Amino acid sequence: MTATPNGFNLDTSGRRIVVDPVTRIEGHMRCEVNVDEGNVIRNAVSTGTMWRGLEVILKGRDPRDAWAFTERICGVCTGTHALTSVRAVEDALGITIPDNANSIRNIMQLNLQIHDHVVHFYHLHALDWVNPINALRADPKATSELQQAVSPSHPLSSPGYFRDVQNRLKKFVESGQLGLFKNGYWDNPAYLLPPEADLMATTHYLEALDLQKEIVKVHTIFGGKNPHPNWLVGGVPCPINIDGVGAVGAINMERLNMVSSIIDLCNTFNRNVYIPDVIAIGGFYKNWLYGGGLSGQAVLAYGDIPEHPNNFDAGQLHLPRGAIINGNLNEVHDVDPRDPEQVQEFVDHSWYTYAEPGKGLHPWDGVTEPRYELGPKAKGTRTNIEELDESAKYSWIKAPRWRGHAMEVGPLARYVVGYAKGHEDIKNQVDGLLRTMNLPVSALFSTLGRTAARALESEYCGRLQKYFFDKLVTNIKNGDQSTANVEKWDPKTWPKEAKGVGMTEAPRGALGHWIRIKDGRIDNYQCVVPTTWNGSPRDTKGNIGAFEASLMNTYMERPDEPVEILRTLHSFDPCLACSTHVMSPDGDTLTTVKVR
Amino acid sequence: MSQVETFYDVMRRQGITRRSFMKYCSLTAAALGLGPSFVPKIAHAMETKPRTPVIWIHGLECTCCSESFIRSAHPLAKDVVLSMISLDYDDTLMAAAGHAAEAALQDTIDRYKGNYILAVEGNPPLNEDGMYCIVGGKPFVDQLRHAAEHAKAIISWGACASYGCVQAAAPNPTRATPVHKVILDKPIIKVPGCPPIAEVMTGVITYMLTFDRLPTLDRQGRPAMFYSQRIHDKCYRRPHFDAGQFVETWDDEGARKGFCLYKMGCKGPTTYNACSTIRWNEGVSFPIQSGHGCIGCSEDGFWDQGSFYDRLTNIKQFGVEANADQVGMTAAGVVGGAVAVHAAVSALKRAQKKTQDKVEA
Repeated sequence: MTATPNGFNLDTSGRRIVVDPVTRIEGHMRCEVNVDEGNVIRNAVSTGTMWRGLEVILKGRDPRDAWAFTERICGVCTGTHALTSVRAVEDALGITIPDNANSIRNIMQLNLQIHDHVVHFYHLHALDWVNPINALRADPKATSELQQAVSPSHPLSSPGYFRDVQNRLKKFVESGQLGLFKNGYWDNPAYLLPPEADLMATTHYLEALDLQKEIVKVHTIFGGKNPHPNWLVGGVPCPINIDGVGAVGAINMERLNMVSSIIDLCNTFNRNVYIPDVIAIGGFYKNWLYGGGLSGQAVLAYGDIPEHPNNFDAGQLHLPRGAIINGNLNEVHDVDPRDPEQVQEFVDHSWYTYAEPGKGLHPWDGVTEPRYELGPKAKGTRTNIEELDESAKYSWIKAPRWRGHAMEVGPLARYVVGYAKGHEDIKNQVDGLLRTMNLPVSALFSTLGRTAARALESEYCGRLQKYFFDKLVTNIKNGDQSTANVEKWDPKTWPKEAKGVGMTEAPRGALGHWIRIKDGRIDNYQCVVPTTWNGSPRDTKGNIGAFEASLMNTYMERPDEPVEILRTLHSFDPCLACSTHVMSPDGDTLTTVKVR
Repeated sequence: MSQVETFYDVMRRQGITRRSFMKYCSLTAAALGLGPSFVPKIAHAMETKPRTPVIWIHGLECTCCSESFIRSAHPLAKDVVLSMISLDYDDTLMAAAGHAAEAALQDTIDRYKGNYILAVEGNPPLNEDGMYCIVGGKPFVDQLRHAAEHAKAIISWGACASYGCVQAAAPNPTRATPVHKVILDKPIIKVPGCPPIAEVMTGVITYMLTFDRLPTLDRQGRPAMFYSQRIHDKCYRRPHFDAGQFVETWDDEGARKGFCLYKMGCKGPTTYNACSTIRWNEGVSFPIQSGHGCIGCSEDGFWDQGSFYDRLTNIKQFGVEANADQVGMTAAGVVGGAVAVHAAVSALKRAQKKTQDKVEA
């Protein structure tokens, strides 16, 4: 038994369970746990199993192009890396953006939050709680009654509607081709919903699949496509022309109307379907309060959605900024990404090497040299891993720390910070939900709390989306159609050397890009992303990361069927392509990469 | 397999009449650019075929292809997954994980040897013994080879699988390698783009299901029906290019009037894709329509062709004895590339020639 500095007792003596691949996530991930004889998880090991080297690739490129490269870090949280990147470049070069550009960027970022949260809940997370096979046993009439009880305003609620979906599902199952449901854990006692709730939720899986393609059209209007819309250093690429010659080819009345109607659609879905579903499904799992991990003791948020352009003061952000450590919710620390003492990355248990072992490096000075090697206690071979050795290097993810603390980031972290700071909207939402479900505040620190915070945030972001849409329209009405500042577009106007940082709250949590520019080119680029925080391996001192902490002490119904592990890991919405990519600093190239 | 449900069964069960079904087939034919004589063939295929098993694996990628796929409006992603194909393995969406997921993969391979489609999103890195991308404790490239062995055909989704995309940009630290350089003995359909357009993705799948054959491919292995013409050839801003009306800087008068983005670095003139016709997200817009130039994301190696804002230097305008720089120049000193000026060669002719070159394979 080993006690970690952040308060967890690790016991590796029990049976080892390996889950690889962890599915319904973005990218590639592996998880290993030890369970005791009572099937309780006593040790957890989370491993990022991919590395792409994007920041290495960025070196020497035009900083104005960096958004497109970094956007490709992730196609699920598409756009958020691009926004972070243009902010980093603008910060480095002292570029200010117009008010309309701030509103449009906020609308796009909020739109992403909603899309990402909806797709996550229904298409990546729901099958951890919802059993579509069990839905075949449902009575459509009772399902209709359930639907009308949990959400009286949702029009798709007739018995006939549910019967149709059930019939379709029945044929699908009876065909013997189970597709995505193949080999699911459908007879596992961990699934608790009555058939009617399963049918309702499965139906909403399909409704949400139809809806999500509508949500993203906001990106298409402002950015030309989704996934991977276009962005611009200095503003946004879409010009506004409300009523002049050629308005039909710009952001005009018709385009604004479309944005407006999509915003309404998002808000309606959040209100009528997403929030009621989380409450209804959550109600059946109320006693499954595992998965808190670090959420009650160490959370971090950079904040986002600035009210005014070019002002990232904590008080001016609609999504809160702050850090909470040692479980002290009465003190919220401010976060400064420029401070070399605050954000640091360690690699003692990651497949990289530093000149000075045990030392943490600030992203502006970060080093990345890959070194893939398995520890002495690992089982299998280097290309056929059976069990990892977590006392050595075991992940392609680095271990970022805030003032030495392993932190959780994401919707729950934002909501814990917001709640602790007395953020009015967040406090009202959280208190309202807890009241409805008759749960104490402590229930927030759990897998379900993470899932609920995401739903609340989707609803809040929907309202903010509307707010910034109105702001945009008002500004246009006042005669301002400007969308880009091109004063410093030409690299000749730039200083010889510059460095900057961009921060956002990606759907999965705090995201930062650090850039150094030299002679008009990228000299160094470093991203520290949400899943690097959450999926972090152990650090020098032995602190375990957020995923690992959240799995501790969870009871598994059947250790060979990792339903509980998936539940909790999914509650973070892991994004592995984001977390595993790095940059060597100060021009070092990756000398250890083997080229055969 | 016990019962087999065809697409037609599904539609009828949903209360769709025979008449509506035939209308759907006509629309499908039209969407695929096929004449009325194909309608009965489509109808027949949909009435009789079981769902084709599809194995969808992921290497080094960002999942934008999967995200794009679920944006498909016609057909809807849910109809593809529930009624047209049997998506038996897809680590992004499947319920099972770990051993159960690997068992689902193996079972599909064993049961449908030679009859499943392998869809690959992302690519395998070959450095470090392939361990820059690990699935089930082993290199992704092993999974790729294993799943490819008995596949009927392979679809290389997106720029990653087709060409390598961003992780293969110089210096390609992981030696990320496109699928066709690892799998040499299978028909491979490249559907490039970062990501490809949703309806192009579902269009390629439904074409294969409907006609029971691979789409006609160009010399690079892309379906000719979607990739044989340049964005520039079908761009609605093309008349502004021909008239020498250009955006000179972001958010200027020309930008607000929707002039041509060539001078802002638009790669539409060298990019083969369907963006300017099918457009994105149910036809709502495409990059040029929303004010940013095309970055050429469906072209091989587009990350390493200079800045996205460098203008192309060898594009000639229709009926004008000058290139766009000279015609549209308003500010001295902004001319990016010096270009050899030839006699009036229409860009259209160039395009046609190039297209023929490409399609002849």
